[in-house]
Amino acid sequence: MRIFDPHIHMTSRTTDDYERMAAAGVRAVVEPAFWLGQPRTSVGSFTDYFDSLVGWEPFRAGQFGIRHHATIALNPKEANDRRCRPVLDELPRYLEKDGVVAVGEIGYDSMTPEEDDVFAAQLALAVAHDLPAMVHTPHRDKVRGVERSLAVVAESGIAPERVVLDHLNEMTVKLVRDTGCWLGFSIYPDTKMSPPRMVELLKAYGTDRMLVNSAADWGRSDPLLTRATGEAMLLAGFTDDDVDRVLWRNPVEFYGQSGRLDLTDDDLTEPTFAGNSILRGGS
Amino acid sequence: MTVDELRAALRGVPDPDWLATALDRVAAEPATIARFFPAVGRRCGRDDLPDLPGWTADEAARALLLASLPADHAGQAETLYRTGDAAEKRAVLKALPLLPIGAAGVPLLHDAIRTNDTRLVAAALGPYARQLDPPAWRQAVLKCVFTGVPLAAVADLDARADGELAAMLAALAAERRAAGRSMPADATELLDRLTAASQPEPREV
Repeated sequence: MRIFDPHIHMTSRTTDDYERMAAAGVRAVVEPAFWLGQPRTSVGSFTDYFDSLVGWEPFRAGQFGIRHHATIALNPKEANDRRCRPVLDELPRYLEKDGVVAVGEIGYDSMTPEEDDVFAAQLALAVAHDLPAMVHTPHRDKVRGVERSLAVVAESGIAPERVVLDHLNEMTVKLVRDTGCWLGFSIYPDTKMSPPRMVELLKAYGTDRMLVNSAADWGRSDPLLTRATGEAMLLAGFTDDDVDRVLWRNPVEFYGQSGRLDLTDDDLTEPTFAGNSILRGGS
Repeated sequence: MTVDELRAALRGVPDPDWLATALDRVAAEPATIARFFPAVGRRCGRDDLPDLPGWTADEAARALLLASLPADHAGQAETLYRTGDAAEKRAVLKALPLLPIGAAGVPLLHDAIRTNDTRLVAAALGPYARQLDPPAWRQAVLKCVFTGVPLAAVADLDARADGELAAMLAALAAERRAAGRSMPADATELLDRLTAASQPEPREV
C-alpha cells in the first residue's frame, strides 16, 4: 500500500513517527503551515517556520525515504492578531518555492471580519501564483463555516477543482461535493473522522475528489491512521485500486495541479549519505 | 570550475530558452534574479550533470545566474542564501568561488556549517572553503566525519589537513573504539596518512 498523506504537521512529530510511517507505506507528505499551539507575536517567527518547511523538514523526511512538500499561509487563528498581519507581505516569495504546492491552511476559525480579509487576500495570492488552495474548515459552527468558506471561494474566482476543503464530516460532505471542490477528511483517534466512518462516506459518495489525511500534529493524533483507513476500506470490500486511488493518486492529482510535485524515484527510495546526521542522532 | 564550463554542461537542459532569457535579464536588470532563482529547479531540472561531476542542473544554472550579475555579487548572494530554500542555499554556496567577492561570503559558510543539513555542510566545503580559518575548517571536516559526509566533498583536504586535525580525528577514533562503533573508512585513511606523514624518517643504520 503506497500512501501520500496530504495533510500532516511533521514539524511536531518525531523520527520514530517517520520510521513507522515509512514502514507503513507512507512515501510522500504535504505539510501545511498552521499555528503552533503557542501564539506567535512577530513576523520573524513565521519566516523561520516557513524556512523550516522548505529547508530542514524536507531534509528530515528524506532520511526516511519520504518526499516532503509544504503549503504556506497565515493560518486563520493568527489572522486575528494584528501583529501577525505583515506575514501576508512575506508570502509571495515563499509561494515561488519549488516545494510549495498550495496556499494553506487558509479559511476560518471563529469567522471574524479579520479572518474574512485574510482568507480573501490569500485566495487572491493562490490565483496570482497559479497554486491550489488548501482550506481549513472551522471546528465550531462547522456547517455555517463551510457554507461561508464556499461562498468566499466562489467569489475569489479560483477554479473549484483547485481547492480542497479539509476536516469535513457527515454534516458537511454533501455541501462540498456539489461544488466541484476537493474533499479532505482528517482521521483522528477520537475527534474529526474515524476509519469506519470514512469507509461509510466512501461507500456513499465514491472515491472521486476524496482526500484522506492524518492531520497529525502536536495534539493527540496518529500518523498511521491513513494506513488504518486503507485497511478498513479493504475489509469493507474496496479493491486495492480503490485504496491506491484514495491514498495515492488523488493527492498526487490534487497537488500535482501546482506543477511542482516532485515524486521522482530517486527522492523516494535513495538511502543517501545525507541520512546519517539524523539516523545517527546528529552531530 | 569556470562559468564557461557551467554554461557548456547546461546545453542539454529541458528549457534552454528560459535559462538564456533569465541570464540576459539578470545581466540587464539585477533585481529580477529574485524571481528567476526559485524557479530554476522546475525549468532546468534537478538531475546530475553528466559532463560536470558533483553538480546538478539546478545548482549549475543558479550559479550561472549569480555569475551573470553585473555588480553587488556579495550582497545578492547573501540575500538569495538567506531567503532560499535548501536547494537555493546549496547553489549559492557552490557558486561562491566563481564570484568576485573576496572573503565576503564567509558568513554564509559559517551558517551552512552550523546546520545539520549534510547537503549544506558538504556544499560549504568546496574550493571557497579556503577562506575559512583553520579552526573553523577543522571543525567542519570533523563534522563531515560525524555526519557521514564523504570526505571527497572537502576541497584541498590533504593540503590543509594538519597535526591539529590529526589529533582531533585520533580522539574521535578512540571515542568510537571505546563505544564499539566504527569510523568511516575515508576518515581512518586520512588519519593514517597524517600519522605516517608526521613520523620521523627512519634513520639509516
